[in-house]
Amino acid sequence: MSYEKAQSKNVIWDWLTTVDHKKIGIMYLAGGAFFFALGGLEAILMRIQLMFPEFTFVQAQTFNELLTMHGTTMIFLAAMPLLFGFMNFIIPLQIGARDVAFPFLNALGFWLFLFGGILLNVSWFVGGAPDAGWTAYVPLSSESPGHGLDYYVLGLQIGGAGTLIGGINFLVTIINMRAPGMSMMRMPLFTWSSFVASMLILFAFPALTIGLLLLMLERLFGATYFAVDFGGNVIIWQHLFWIFGHPEVYILILPAFGIFSEVLATFAKKRLFGYSAMVFATLIIGFLGFMVWAHHMFTVGMGPVANAIFAVATMAIAVPTGIKIFNWLLTLWGGRIQFTTANLFALGFLPSFVMGGVTGVMLATSAANYQFHDTYFVVAHFHYVIIGGVVFGLFSGTFYWWPKMFGYRLNETLGKWFFWLFLIGFHLTFFVQHFLGLMGMPRRVASYLPGQGLDSMNFISTMGAFLMTVAFILLLVCIFVSTKNRTNVADPWDGRTLEWTTPTPVPEYNFAQTPLVRELDAYWHEKYEGDGKMKAAEPLEDIHMPNGTILPVVMSLGLVVAAFGLIYLVHPLTIVGFAITFGAMFVRSIKEDHGYHIPVEAIKRDKEEG
Amino acid sequence: MADHQAVEQHTLPPNPEKATLEGRNKYLGFWFFLGGETVLFGSLFGTYLGLRDGVVDGPGPSDLFHLDLVFIMTMILLTSSLTSVFAVINMKRGNYKGLLMWMWATVLLGVAFLGFEIYEFYEYYHLGLGFTTSAFASSFYTLVGTHGAHVAFGVSWITVLLIRYRKSGLTLTNAPKFYTAVLYWHFIDVVWVFIFTVVYLLGIGG
Amino acid sequence: MKYLWRLLPLSLILLMSGCGVQNLSALDPQGPVAEMQYSLIQLSLYIMIFVLVIVFAIYIFVLYRFRERPGDTHIPKQVHGNRTLETIWTTIPILLLLMLAIPNVMDTFTLADVSVNEEGEESEDGEMDHVVVEVMAHQFWWEFTYPDYDITAGQDMYIPTDTRIIIELQSSDVQHSFWVPALAGKQDNVPGIQNDMWFEAPEEGVYMGKCTELCGPSHWLMDFKVIAVDPDTFETWASNMAEPPSNVTEPEGEVAVDGRGVFEQSCISCHAVGDDGGNIGPNLTNYGEREVLAGYMDPTDENLEAWLRDTQEYKPGNEMPNFDHEAINDEEMAALIEYLNELKILEEE
Repeated sequence: MSYEKAQSKNVIWDWLTTVDHKKIGIMYLAGGAFFFALGGLEAILMRIQLMFPEFTFVQAQTFNELLTMHGTTMIFLAAMPLLFGFMNFIIPLQIGARDVAFPFLNALGFWLFLFGGILLNVSWFVGGAPDAGWTAYVPLSSESPGHGLDYYVLGLQIGGAGTLIGGINFLVTIINMRAPGMSMMRMPLFTWSSFVASMLILFAFPALTIGLLLLMLERLFGATYFAVDFGGNVIIWQHLFWIFGHPEVYILILPAFGIFSEVLATFAKKRLFGYSAMVFATLIIGFLGFMVWAHHMFTVGMGPVANAIFAVATMAIAVPTGIKIFNWLLTLWGGRIQFTTANLFALGFLPSFVMGGVTGVMLATSAANYQFHDTYFVVAHFHYVIIGGVVFGLFSGTFYWWPKMFGYRLNETLGKWFFWLFLIGFHLTFFVQHFLGLMGMPRRVASYLPGQGLDSMNFISTMGAFLMTVAFILLLVCIFVSTKNRTNVADPWDGRTLEWTTPTPVPEYNFAQTPLVRELDAYWHEKYEGDGKMKAAEPLEDIHMPNGTILPVVMSLGLVVAAFGLIYLVHPLTIVGFAITFGAMFVRSIKEDHGYHIPVEAIKRDKEEG
Repeated sequence: MADHQAVEQHTLPPNPEKATLEGRNKYLGFWFFLGGETVLFGSLFGTYLGLRDGVVDGPGPSDLFHLDLVFIMTMILLTSSLTSVFAVINMKRGNYKGLLMWMWATVLLGVAFLGFEIYEFYEYYHLGLGFTTSAFASSFYTLVGTHGAHVAFGVSWITVLLIRYRKSGLTLTNAPKFYTAVLYWHFIDVVWVFIFTVVYLLGIGG
Repeated sequence: MKYLWRLLPLSLILLMSGCGVQNLSALDPQGPVAEMQYSLIQLSLYIMIFVLVIVFAIYIFVLYRFRERPGDTHIPKQVHGNRTLETIWTTIPILLLLMLAIPNVMDTFTLADVSVNEEGEESEDGEMDHVVVEVMAHQFWWEFTYPDYDITAGQDMYIPTDTRIIIELQSSDVQHSFWVPALAGKQDNVPGIQNDMWFEAPEEGVYMGKCTELCGPSHWLMDFKVIAVDPDTFETWASNMAEPPSNVTEPEGEVAVDGRGVFEQSCISCHAVGDDGGNIGPNLTNYGEREVLAGYMDPTDENLEAWLRDTQEYKPGNEMPNFDHEAINDEEMAALIEYLNELKILEEE
């Protein structure tokens, strides 16, 4: 394909075939936002059901489907893709690269996520969604009637493959594609934490792949791993799931930590305090994340030795996390703190997350965990860390990077309203749940009986959930009414890192000339120690770009077809599906694609216009 | 940025598989992929070890496994790893014909291994070990079968490469492809060594 | 000022212990196990509040002191870090965690210790010094077997006060979890595996228990009761369960006799009274003394009939069939209810 041909494409076809990390990033954000709204809707339906004791807003079976899909959607289809959106868009810009290492695989990862997510949600319309919790403990899941769990297994398998591919892509991008001078210890914290998160993806997701494979074979082909009567063992599932599942929460929280590190430093106008300690703490958290999975299983009878070991290992994670908290506080210390919406979310994160962190230590106390486990205390804890950490991070990143990604600044007044409503709604919803748990309310209950002292706090919790809903709608409004703020978008916050050196909208080649990095916070360094412009590391010349391709869509679609074949045991369909996917892989393998070059004249023209 | 056009053999750098950024990316990415695969097989080994005593009424490891068959299979796969090493040596020397020949040898050995594996499964099935017979049976077939599927994928991958590039000569584009294919092949060979030890030797021994 | 500091966590605990219903809340512990867990919760809470206070204090100070004031355009000093500070905030958390980890490890081992006095099962005063209860969880009810007494009870678990109760947990279908918050934290009923735990109840009373592992549509209704009675009453209960009194084995009233007939026709294949009957559903020998019906309803005649007519409505997904008018007509239903209500083994003594 030539440069001209690449310029003259139909818009829809362009997005379907794009391998541009920025467009893929935006698609991840759009897809993630859609599923986030869906997961939120499921949450609000559950909160309405729990507003009054013995309420019958939804049936118990529907409630179980809602709770399963809420967890699954929020973790796999909302939080991770939204983070992947930022990672895709921002990491190459932050390290001074023109693209990711594997543009094709990047597109494939996105389409696998999207089709996996859609497949999972198709279950709602064909006889019921999965109903065994997002953890899908066997034998409840392996013996669950209907096809809900089949959709769960195959939807997550497809989406999970996409995530794994994305993780490898980020790892190689960060190691191989950094601009000259961008040593590992000069990388922005968001890139660092995404790097560690990708490492966790790489080593955690295969355990889920195997867990899902076993569950699929058990459900569809009569395998007996979890069938006690056939010598099976139900605890194996829990181990496989949590060997994946615990690192998963660090996969979510670490990139969010990265966002906060960028935002706090930018709006305190100070270099991140203790940069190397922050990097080191991130690595330690990532490493310990693999050592503690069994703290989800204190009550399944692992014995006191295992419980004690996993309890102590879990508590140890509080140390590097504490280091990070204090480093953030000291970053603010002596700074000039600007209360923008992006920074408000970062500042709101600090106390909220610390509260989630301390309940985490309480939960790690194995002997006390026998009381906490599987109650609303746990629900409160993980929402404090996931909303107070990850979701706040996503919102912070949204307000921070929106100008760079979409070419306009989000309205600050609406943004602040959104922040305060969301913050209050969030604490209202989840703070009381700590007490509900200790007062005897198990989690995942479709309702509760009157006269057990649980009524008023459940009502308060639901009110908080309504407030969060209102806040979220306000965010959507904010996004639509802000479109005219198109001035000052290239570097609106006096940014410190390389992404703010690019023109906005960012040209498809990102950097006309690869920048030369001379310090941590490279752009800040040039602004306050140099002439305000990045030095170029190469002469201006033709830029090589990869071609777009429809093959990622075809490959993902083939897997969805195969998944339907497996779910309904229509073997010809399965074979057709796999044939499509492997056929596309075959085409990709034999057809050499050398991309195209953007001529230097076009780049010069862009420069003059920009 | 690197030039992607086919380069004459005598101008190729000493390590053609890592000469371009694409090649380096592929090389590094593949190592990461193999890291993930290690966890994948680790999970399967863990599952198998947890379930191998779950024999119930079906046949158990010591009723089924015969060292001679498995030993032949091990030798075939180890040899195929060796032939793929010869292929890479030829690649580095710029001897493209030698590369193709040794890769074909690898493919043939892979096919032979698969043949033995199918025969093995067929045999066990007739000795009463169906996929659903017991937890041991399910986990055994899943572990060894997943490895077998990897071998089958490797065989088809290398075959596609060999046919696609039968006349192209060594280029900066196909060198990384052959190299990663060989890496993959070594990996499944290593996995087999573990299967041989954990499944068969332990199964017969205890 | 110093005094106030100490009051803060204390008042929080007071606030907490005011929460919840007696004999349900873990914040109102009864007996050594729940008390041990509660004190560990308190310890962890104190340490965590200490951390929170420090973090919040720095946080509020920083936000106030270093906020951007109008017209301020100075560029702050770009500080790299501070080795001393970093060492401090690495070391102190480690010490705090050790303060929590050590008692936790000790308690974890204490709670796992279900050994009993090996020197014979009876103590000096002739009473059992421990009672073993096998707890089998079903979708969605609880079966309590007392191996030393050779009896099985459904839904209501009678225990003697001040006696070590050894619990052996199992499941007949999916995973469940056994939780009596006021007496002890939970352990899971895992299919194919037996988990052990123990607790003691010093006070007589009815303690509420719940299933805490998602086990199907009626998971939220899988409640049970632990009924602590004095050891003598317990012995009576146990022997009457083993050999039910005559009012249970040979009902006297005419209606009740008819009810027994209906029971033998429709119920006995799944439910037992005394030794008589199946064990697919809960044992009904002491049905008339149940605290609740079907695990959660008031045991009135109306509720009982409604339940029998449409069990799936009240506990979706349970194993019990619905009995419509064809299966049991109104007259038979009344007789059956009369019979069931009279199944009492304690009062008649």
